[in-house]
Amino acid sequence: MEDIAVKQYTFKDFQSDQEVRWCPGCDDYVILRSMLKALPEMEVKKEDVVFISGIGCSSRFPYYVDSYGMHGIHGRAAAIASGVKLANPNLSVWVATGDGDAMAIGGNHFIHVLRRNLDLNIVLFNNEIYGLTKGQFSPTSVLGQKTKSSPYGNTQPPFQPGELAIGARARFFARIGGNTPKEMTKLFIDAEKFKGTSLIEVLQNCVIFNDGCFTNYTDKAVKDEQQLHVEHGEPMIFGKNKDKGLILDGLTLKIVTIGEDNIEEKDLLVHDAKCENEIMHHMLINLRYPLVTGIIRSVEEPTLEEREAELTEQVKSNSNFSKVDDLFFSGETYEVK
Amino acid sequence: MTLDKTKTTAKKKVEQVNAVVIRFVGDSGDGMQLTGTQFTDTSAMFGNDVATFPNYPSEIRAPQGSLYGVSGFQVHIGSVEISTPGDDLDLLVAMNPAGLKTNLKAVKAGHTIIVDTDSFTKKNLQKAEYETNPLEDGSLENYRVIEVAMTSLTREALKGLGLDNKSIVRSKNMFALGMVYWMYGRDMKHTLDFFEKKFKFKPIIAEANSKVIKTGYFFAETLELIPNSYSIAPSTMPKGTYRIVNGNTATAWGFLAAAEKSGLELYLGSYPITPATDILHELVKHKHFGVKAFQAEDEIAGITSTIGAAFAGDLAITTTSGPGLALKGEAIGLAMMTELPIVVVNVQRGGPSTGLPTRTEQSDLLQAMYGRNGESPVIVIAASSPADCFDYAFEASKLALEHMTPVILLTDGYIANGSEPWKIKSIKDMPDIKPNIITNDSEGYGPFDRDNDSLARNWAIPGTPGLEHRIGGLEKNEFTGNVSHDPLNHESMTNIRAEKVKRVENYIPDLTPEYAEEGDLLVVGWGGTYGSLHSAVRDMSKDGYKIGHAHFHYINPMSKNTADVFSRFKKIIVCELNKGQLSFVLKGKFNQYDFLQYNKVQGLPFSVIDLKAKFKTLIKED
Ligand SMILES: Cc1ncc(C[n+]2csc(CCOP(=O)(O)OP(=O)(O)O)c2C)c(N)n1
Ligand code: SF4
Ligand SMILES: [Mg+2]
Repeated sequence: MEDIAVKQYTFKDFQSDQEVRWCPGCDDYVILRSMLKALPEMEVKKEDVVFISGIGCSSRFPYYVDSYGMHGIHGRAAAIASGVKLANPNLSVWVATGDGDAMAIGGNHFIHVLRRNLDLNIVLFNNEIYGLTKGQFSPTSVLGQKTKSSPYGNTQPPFQPGELAIGARARFFARIGGNTPKEMTKLFIDAEKFKGTSLIEVLQNCVIFNDGCFTNYTDKAVKDEQQLHVEHGEPMIFGKNKDKGLILDGLTLKIVTIGEDNIEEKDLLVHDAKCENEIMHHMLINLRYPLVTGIIRSVEEPTLEEREAELTEQVKSNSNFSKVDDLFFSGETYEVK
Repeated sequence: MTLDKTKTTAKKKVEQVNAVVIRFVGDSGDGMQLTGTQFTDTSAMFGNDVATFPNYPSEIRAPQGSLYGVSGFQVHIGSVEISTPGDDLDLLVAMNPAGLKTNLKAVKAGHTIIVDTDSFTKKNLQKAEYETNPLEDGSLENYRVIEVAMTSLTREALKGLGLDNKSIVRSKNMFALGMVYWMYGRDMKHTLDFFEKKFKFKPIIAEANSKVIKTGYFFAETLELIPNSYSIAPSTMPKGTYRIVNGNTATAWGFLAAAEKSGLELYLGSYPITPATDILHELVKHKHFGVKAFQAEDEIAGITSTIGAAFAGDLAITTTSGPGLALKGEAIGLAMMTELPIVVVNVQRGGPSTGLPTRTEQSDLLQAMYGRNGESPVIVIAASSPADCFDYAFEASKLALEHMTPVILLTDGYIANGSEPWKIKSIKDMPDIKPNIITNDSEGYGPFDRDNDSLARNWAIPGTPGLEHRIGGLEKNEFTGNVSHDPLNHESMTNIRAEKVKRVENYIPDLTPEYAEEGDLLVVGWGGTYGSLHSAVRDMSKDGYKIGHAHFHYINPMSKNTADVFSRFKKIIVCELNKGQLSFVLKGKFNQYDFLQYNKVQGLPFSVIDLKAKFKTLIKED
């Protein structure tokens, strides 16, 4: 981060000596591995990396990364991380959080951290279930979902994390399947580079309590047909044969096939992640077919810590106070003789 | 009534008094806080000891003239030591009927009330729910009432200055202040300078105010209804440079001092709540010292961001009042478990629930002691006066940083908003603060190693190469810091955390009773009741009673000599503005003694008169 050249790290440098305790087959392993691969590529010193989490299966994450870390309390990771970043803006601060942790008990902190735009990176492990407490529905569980606390089907309509994030004025939102480590690794690196709060929603399969909830989109066999992986400046193309794409039809997105109805590649929408107007990003987030992955929104604005630093410099340069004694003995004082 | 300065009557008598209690009351818009503050500052600069207490309505803009819209400011000044804003009033200045009605009860029989007769209109009397005019119906015959047409006199004084009516009426508080200045032989200079400075760019307003205050001053001198003035000699306070501070400012400044002394940056994570908000208001001003004050989305974010900042190496504090402390409970447990240094300030107010937000109480002691899940002892200390909030904010920081534990600092609405002279402490006079920070060259010591004496763990701050580690709310292995569910380890860790807090007793001063080392009655108190208890015990001690006063600043842990102090008195009475929370703690810890109780939960401070009556009957009973 500073001028001193960052030492070359490897995967192993960031691997902690703790035994990983997730269920075999859980996507959390993929996320961990992608992160351990991404960290050495980030040009960040190991001692400057901080992982903060709440409570949940996903929140065990900090124990497995050999950096500074705190396993906090349920829902509060974003708030704890905000304090870390405000205290020392030089740190690279990461939040590992679950769908319940971030959007149920921690919903308030989640929206406010996005609104404030501190330079934090939030990895949202969305498994549409409460894993750690053994399978209750979460704020992202779908209607009708049968869980331990909804044996006849969930009646509470879910949040769409990206939609909530956009509503909270998120500057960076990305979505990625939990079974695509290569893309995930790259996303983590991009998120770290982005100045501002980055939110990465990982569609994370919980093999025990909600197995297969994303299979329709993420399974190797259907992935290319079902997912549109967007890249800034690139046309919105998908499909095994790269023959499908999106165009705007009135106020909705329409799927078209290249070669049919005179459609050529140049007719397709080109992804603009940096567009401040969020309407297109919002539409992409809500699309179910194809499911959009990749960096959907990436709009840089001054971060909270930058605004604070600027203001502090201003106040400092206009102030006569540099030591507390200057303040204590200023103004209305009097002598008792 | 016109004013003729040439017709000054023969020089009036001057009467010596030791102390007086004055209350200025009026509509929220009448400028009573400013009037009171000016009188206070002038008196303090003259050399009197002072203590003040503001009393404003909880409504922001209460309807004019209404009973609940009355704003008041009480000041107690003396040539003797002043420890409270005073009980009963020697002088009430009432700018309207509502002010008179709501404050009359506090005036001592036979004492003085100054009223602005212009405001006793039919409409205002109605708003104050008076059926007849109290100035006419004989209901004030037990008082010396000085009726002054302040509004008209003010208007006349300002004639020709070209001010609008609103500005004219608004300066009538200065007329009252001028009168009171004359009555107590005060110099107007401080206030005249104040206006000149404040209205540097509105010289006409400065001129109007000084004109009105002088008019009031000379009016009082002339008025036959005021037969004499009073003189209150300077008190014998220790030499030095002073300023008047309220408890919330002193608290904020104590943290500024602690940050500078420890060499750390100050972080505040807070959510507004009465009566704690002024600490936030004060600290946000001090960006020049690098203070990072963060107004969070709620109390939980306030404290959890504070925990994050402490992890990252700041002197990190959070400020709140009762309901906010309830929300912070789980997070205090996290700070305790991760052994991070944070300070939680609870400016107590009347509870439970939303309770009496603008009134004082001491009913959060048990919440501070026990309001968390699991075995989670933390340090609990309490400030006892507006000025000593400075010392205890500093002390709370020092204890947190040197012992690696959360500290709860209790103050209350009474001392938070009350003010008194503070003999300014320079940073060089404050004790050192030595945080337990380790760096990468501290060979062989890790973040989970402890100091042999204090048991404080080491503080390894992110950014330090080689000391990367993880902490959390899960139980950790005593030696490695790794998560552990081992039964015996858990018990051992529980004991270590308790012992760490207990050992703080080796670092705090003894409990030293005032006025008597032994005797018939020991008055025990804690926190903001110090002034009232001290005054009562002082008076009785002067009268020859064998009575002592032990005031607890350290509640968890307590001073090591506590039992010894208790053993030297025949009776012990614990006085609290709650239903007996400290006595509950004492009864559990020292069950060999009998603890009598004196409790009050009216949202008001103790009355010194009532305290003395209670103590006297207790001593007599033998
Ligand atoms: C204050 C509090 N309430 C409830 C819990 C219990 N709890 C722990 S994790 C959790 C839900 C976790 O779900 P999610 O955030 O989706 O994480 P996952 O386990 O699925 O990764 C709950 C309800 C707790 N630890 N603390
Ligand atoms: S319960 Fe689900 S989310 Fe938790 S570790 Fe097991 S598979 Fe992963
Ligand atoms: Mg989950």
